[in-house]
Amino acid sequence: MATRTLAIERVIGNWVLDAASNVGRLTYFTLDAIRGLAEVKIWWPRMLAEAWNIGVGSLFIVALISSFAGAVTALQTGYQFTGSLPYYIVGTLVVSSIVLELGPVLTALILAGRIGARYAAELGTMRVTEQIDALESLGRSPASHLVVPRVLAGLIMIPALTIIANLTGILAGWLSVKLVLPVTDADFTYGAQSYWRPWDAWYSVIKSFFFAGSITLISCYMGFSTQQGAEGVGKSTTGAVVTSSVLILLLDTVLTRLLLNQ
Amino acid sequence: MIQLRGVKKRFGSQIVLDGVDFDVQEGETVALMGPSGTGKSVLLKHVIGLIKPDAGTILVDERDVSHLKRRELAEFRSHIGYVFQNGALFDSMDVSENIRLGISDEDRYNDLTYVRDRVKQCLALVNLQPDVALKYPAELSGGMRKRVGIARAIAGQPKYLLYDEPTSGLDPVNADIIDSLVQRLAAELGVTSVMVTHDVRGAFRVAHRLALLTSGKIVMQGTPQEFLVSQHPQVKEFLERDFDNPSFAA
Repeated sequence: MATRTLAIERVIGNWVLDAASNVGRLTYFTLDAIRGLAEVKIWWPRMLAEAWNIGVGSLFIVALISSFAGAVTALQTGYQFTGSLPYYIVGTLVVSSIVLELGPVLTALILAGRIGARYAAELGTMRVTEQIDALESLGRSPASHLVVPRVLAGLIMIPALTIIANLTGILAGWLSVKLVLPVTDADFTYGAQSYWRPWDAWYSVIKSFFFAGSITLISCYMGFSTQQGAEGVGKSTTGAVVTSSVLILLLDTVLTRLLLNQ
Repeated sequence: MIQLRGVKKRFGSQIVLDGVDFDVQEGETVALMGPSGTGKSVLLKHVIGLIKPDAGTILVDERDVSHLKRRELAEFRSHIGYVFQNGALFDSMDVSENIRLGISDEDRYNDLTYVRDRVKQCLALVNLQPDVALKYPAELSGGMRKRVGIARAIAGQPKYLLYDEPTSGLDPVNADIIDSLVQRLAAELGVTSVMVTHDVRGAFRVAHRLALLTSGKIVMQGTPQEFLVSQHPQVKEFLERDFDNPSFAA
């Protein structure tokens, strides 16, 4: 019994040490990236290329998923409230659900899979094939060449994609509710405007900005920390997606509490 | 001049370097030999500051590498060319861009005319045609990738060249080409070279001096002749395998 207790304590102890060491290394990694900002000539062209890749490459999937989310939200609202509440409530609920929650969170989760996995796999492969060491050996900063352009591209493009997701989600919700319920355009826009606060749009973008930071930094950090060949790259990629997804949900809760004062 | 004194390094419970003393004089080519997995590459990475020692000092031109600050380390590395085992070329860039990254002087790096000429010169030095500049690493053979790795390492006109297993994974013909290249670059560019290898034949052909690393320590440093007459049991054991190989005599 005593041996089992010791084993559990050791496991917990190792886990805590491992977590603390990762937090320390991530902090150092982030500071290194901030220092890399000084080399504008290095990261600017690379950031533009990354931003183009993220933006254009993710546009279709983000628009598709947010359209379905908007349509389903509208249809379920219609199903639940038909006969009990006025139809314009559909407009209120679709806009609020999409802008406050579904748009930023779904976009972030999709991009954690798409961009996070890509960053971790790319940088992980560069680590195990010594390309990152090669960059350092040439007296060049891996932070300004590899991390800064990726993080900045994410910080610009993920909020932009969230705005597009919000718009397509609302549009899809509007169209689908018109097809199945006797809701007029006037009802929908009246409902959408009745409870609309401009702060909601800011809240959506601010959230997506934090999500972008967590996706890009965690994925780059995981990629840089890769060890042991192809298996290590696989572990880093999975780790990047899982960790950034959990962090997105955690940040979602914390930011809702802080920004909406609930 | 490169001087390592009492360098120790461990990864977890595994002791890789256990008090290494190692010297390289200016202008000479030294081959660091040893069986696979004895820490030769780890030792070489200490010289350029990619790995920090747990104990001991690494002096390059009397500068203590493990205590250099970030900017000092970047400046220090501009005097050293490092050739990685598998080339470590950047997949997303063509050969020309790879070599360009080796140009350490920022003004020259941004001067496209200089870059074009320097890429051509470096490719010529490693016996590659100028049209290779437009190819991507995935389009090159193993031997060509190693030569492009060398071209990138010499692009910044370094004082020291560190080769990590430059002939591993190559057939004997290509290995001979790389060995000749190491010899020729040392003579033509006047660089001080350290070559990590487990290829005894190549080491005897290329190096002025040899060093043998086993069990985390340098067990012997000396000229090829001194190695041939050495009675040290580990030296004899390491060399005997290759002496029995008929290709050694050739």
